[in-house]
Amino acid sequence: MQVSNAIKFIILTEIVFPTLLLVFGIYHGVMQVLYRAGVIKAESFLGIDYYQGLTLHGVINVIVFTTIFIVGFSNAIVMYALKKPLREKVQWIALGMMVIGTMMAAWAMFTGRATVLYTFYPPLIAHWTFYLGAVLLVLGSLVPFFFDWIPSAIEWKRENPDQKLPLAVFGTFVNFILWTIMIVPVAVEILFQLLPLSLGLVDEINPLLARTLFWFFGHPVVYFWLLPAYVALYTILPKIVSEKGKLYSDPAARLAFILFLIFSLPVGLHHQFTDPGITNTWKLIHALFTFGVALPSMITAFTVAASLEYSVKAEHPELKNSKFYWWTFLPYMRLEGNKWMFSYFFAGLVLFFFGGITGIVNASYNVNLVVHNTAYVPGHFHTTVGGLVLLVFFAMALYMVSKLRGTEVKFKGLAVLAPYFWMQGMFMFSYAMMVGGVITGFPRRTNTGLTYLNPDSPLYRPEWVGYAQLSVVGGVLLGIGFLFFFISLMATLFAPKVRESVVEFPFAEAYHDAPAPMLNNLKTWTVATIILAVLSYIPPLYDASVRGVFFKSPAYIEKYPMPLKQLQGSEKNTQEKELSKAEKEVAQR
Amino acid sequence: MDRAEKTGLTFAIILLLVFFSLIVYAAKGLKIDIPTCVTDVEPFQEGKLIKHGEKRYELHILARMWFFDFNKGATEIKIPAGSTVDIFVTSKDVVHGVHIQGTDFNIMAIPGTVGYMRVKFEKPGVYHVVCHEFCGVGHHAMQGKIIVE
Repeated sequence: MQVSNAIKFIILTEIVFPTLLLVFGIYHGVMQVLYRAGVIKAESFLGIDYYQGLTLHGVINVIVFTTIFIVGFSNAIVMYALKKPLREKVQWIALGMMVIGTMMAAWAMFTGRATVLYTFYPPLIAHWTFYLGAVLLVLGSLVPFFFDWIPSAIEWKRENPDQKLPLAVFGTFVNFILWTIMIVPVAVEILFQLLPLSLGLVDEINPLLARTLFWFFGHPVVYFWLLPAYVALYTILPKIVSEKGKLYSDPAARLAFILFLIFSLPVGLHHQFTDPGITNTWKLIHALFTFGVALPSMITAFTVAASLEYSVKAEHPELKNSKFYWWTFLPYMRLEGNKWMFSYFFAGLVLFFFGGITGIVNASYNVNLVVHNTAYVPGHFHTTVGGLVLLVFFAMALYMVSKLRGTEVKFKGLAVLAPYFWMQGMFMFSYAMMVGGVITGFPRRTNTGLTYLNPDSPLYRPEWVGYAQLSVVGGVLLGIGFLFFFISLMATLFAPKVRESVVEFPFAEAYHDAPAPMLNNLKTWTVATIILAVLSYIPPLYDASVRGVFFKSPAYIEKYPMPLKQLQGSEKNTQEKELSKAEKEVAQR
Repeated sequence: MDRAEKTGLTFAIILLLVFFSLIVYAAKGLKIDIPTCVTDVEPFQEGKLIKHGEKRYELHILARMWFFDFNKGATEIKIPAGSTVDIFVTSKDVVHGVHIQGTDFNIMAIPGTVGYMRVKFEKPGVYHVVCHEFCGVGHHAMQGKIIVE
């Protein structure tokens, strides 16, 4: 499908701009392991301190990169699946909001005015541009959904009254419905708590309430990252494996998306199992729903494996009766056509297998006491968002850039190797973090190189050394994997044009298909989702705002152990004192 | 849905239900439970170790930028092996995290709230306590020790 120059520019920007920022994100990821192992024993390196770098790593990788890339990818998916051009004005506004928002937040982070990490951590407070930038970014990401895709889908439905929405669009819509709902609580947190506190309009806020509102957003958001990858797994992967590839079951895919919609929201308390001030009955109920959200991933595991088997056997009829031997015929490392993308999907799926299992450990209520806030947790989520999600996004980024620019994928060999370096690096990194976390309590988000892993420090903990060193090896391999991908992406972007610029995807048809009208009724499921989310959050929000909290807290910044107001007051006092001293001196002369 | 798919789905649901039942059994049957909402103890301003009896203690941990106040400013305390300790936690300033390593005691210290868990220290030795939640530039040096003799 051909695209106008403006749309081409917009989608390319939505892929390349966040990937360029990701260079900083991944650089700070590699720096993390170096600091933590004590290879760099310092508060800061090249002008950026550890916790500032950690903030950049978190915010760029999982807020900025994911959000903007998902909008670009979904733009292309919806446009191609519905065969409807995008509305240029709407897209310019969305891109503008996202880029300006990102720039505001980036300024605050790079100048050290927002060292509050990805989860915000009130009563630590950042410069107001950080919060306003985040709000602009997420609101901008909603603009295409409401003002472009929904109107296009309504038109499409009018033209095709008997057909169900294409699976790729269905998945994308479920994802953005979820995204819209989850933004409400975090917007309430930012607009009514953090922004007023940052601007000095209020003196105190309730940090437990802020946490609860954040995690109302903070867990569903992982499904916002994951679902675009699932869309690709269901609709694109079978066609990459083989020209004759098919998705095993269309209704099963839709069932998985609907289950994600319903169960993604009432689960946030599993990030707060160890928080005081919230009754543990509600935590147990959220744990149950978290197990519910594991179900669609298990369905996906089944459907993806079945689709792979169908697709391989369609191309190799002689494998018809093989139970396991067909696995050896997958295009693990092939360069022709679109087959190079399989390496990304495969490495991602292998990592995600471990990500899913370790996620169930995190969700397991009392088992969580052993792993909460140890290095186990980053060990887990680097195999999910840093595994399947990121690798599928990389494959799609490279593929879409070559289609949109009309160029060949350059350095294909490097591009095919990149996900395997990434997978191996992630295995080492995650193994070190998880085992270190569970067995020895190695903490996360801590500049351990200065204290616990510094042999000269009285706080030295030799039992952590091995794990930290293994995570360095993993981190370096991850950096190399990214570099390979990045070289290929940049070369493809600037390669000479050999074809017309297009947007297209190798969409696979379904092997099993059925109309399934119940599953396709998105409106009803949305209402049900909102009701369940609200009901599951009324009791914990009541606990966090009334029962469990005795008083509110003033704002702090990370550098001083006293409230910001008091700090500014004492600064003023010393300034006045110095001023009067100077005046006296002048008078004495 | 074909037969393989139905079997897969049923197996997945049964697996998850078994996991969940085990968790509920551990929580309610074996009493390995997680922190809940404390409404009858107000946040305190000072760390305190109170001896209630032979091997029965109450510990108030005040987490603050950037140390744990276990007992009137002390970051190290000693208790006899086999002690059962009721531990209350609060924060003086920002959010901290308290993990007594080698035990299930793992709790967030959030200003304005009180967290509670009971720990029995069976084995003698040094139990390291580290802050595992980002709390500012001194976070990586925020720790303490519970020495069980």
